[in-house]
Amino acid sequence: MNTTFIRKFFYGDIPDEKGGESSYEVKQDTTTWPLWEVFIRSKQGLDHKHAGSLHASDAKMAIENARDVYTRRMEGVSIWVVESKYIHATNPEEAGELFEPAEDKIYRHPTFYQLPDEVNKM
Amino acid sequence: MVSPDFENSFQKKIDSEIKIEPKDWMPDAYRKTNIRQISQHAHSEVVGMLPEGNWIGRAPSLKRKAILLAKVQDEGGHGLYLYAAAETLGISRDEMINDLHTGKAKYSSIFNYPTLTWADIGAVGWLVDGAAIMNQVMLTRTSYGPYARGMVRICKEESFHQRQGFESLLVLSRGTKEQKEMCQDAINRWWWPALMMFGPHDNESQHSEQSMLWKIKRKSNDELRQNFVVMIAEQIKTLGMKLPDPDLKWNEERKHYDFGEINWEEFWQVVKGNGPCNKQRLEARRKAHDEGQWVRDAAMAYAKKESKKTPTN
Repeated sequence: MNTTFIRKFFYGDIPDEKGGESSYEVKQDTTTWPLWEVFIRSKQGLDHKHAGSLHASDAKMAIENARDVYTRRMEGVSIWVVESKYIHATNPEEAGELFEPAEDKIYRHPTFYQLPDEVNKM
Repeated sequence: MVSPDFENSFQKKIDSEIKIEPKDWMPDAYRKTNIRQISQHAHSEVVGMLPEGNWIGRAPSLKRKAILLAKVQDEGGHGLYLYAAAETLGISRDEMINDLHTGKAKYSSIFNYPTLTWADIGAVGWLVDGAAIMNQVMLTRTSYGPYARGMVRICKEESFHQRQGFESLLVLSRGTKEQKEMCQDAINRWWWPALMMFGPHDNESQHSEQSMLWKIKRKSNDELRQNFVVMIAEQIKTLGMKLPDPDLKWNEERKHYDFGEINWEEFWQVVKGNGPCNKQRLEARRKAHDEGQWVRDAAMAYAKKESKKTPTN
């Protein structure tokens, strides 16, 4: 497949060279607030679920910002935040060896077992 | 040189509607296109707060002030969802903000038009958010997972924006002679810029549509624009107002509204920075950012000091 980038102007996608000039000096932020992942429990009895991420200087601010950004319409009753750097994840390249072995073990599912009608509610 | 196997399996995933997630392999151009598009979308939300923020203190009632405040707060949130989605592609927030402030990155040109009267706020909600929604609904099915999830969240909130705008115009359209005139005037000024939001005609590109092939986009500019015209041409009947286009008429054969040609010279002038408010908008953004530097520094210094005081277990 051809890998050259093919240019087309879509809405919300204005190419760089069509832009204007600017004399604004690029400033490097000396202090970038760390990134946090936000998990929301939408109601009592349910798990916390990943809602998104945000930047904040500490955990307290992360929770306050999460409350303002992710629960403005009664989406939550509890918030967890964790700094993104503490999340460890599987690699997509390892997905095959990790998850494919489960595919051929159908005997782990209740439907694998044929039972007579009178006990099939089991 | 990238192995064609990677390219092929990537395209196969796209073709079978499997979303692409941050750590998956993706072509460089796919990454770049998404970064550019998502960050420009984020900038649009953030700059979009400026013309409306201008009216929060002047909205005609407490109810309208509260509604506008909530809408502007939503837009700040939408900017955040989108920046976060772009960050998963390996660009930092600072870099994106800098690109906006230097003029390297663009935002939707529509926000370079002024909001002159209260009716403009209604027209922005109905027409500008209405046009944005056409694009955003399509983007809930875009191929990059974090972008699609952000858009789902945004679309849930965006519908209120369009409805409050229409309702606000509806009140004016049933009001005094002056209010009716104000309503029509706002529609006259926002209609064409709203149509420009969809971008140039499809046939202006000589290239095949890579963004479509990658399912970043699923509908063309003209297709979205046409859907928008049909929607608005019907809705305006309820307001008893007119769209400022003498060529607008129902085409029975195409089952669509025909409409007049957009002033593309104006479109590119505004994109290039020569619109009525380009300078003002960027200056407001830079000022807010620069003047907030001490707050960001202080918060970080405080966090560092506190973390030394109370050791975590």
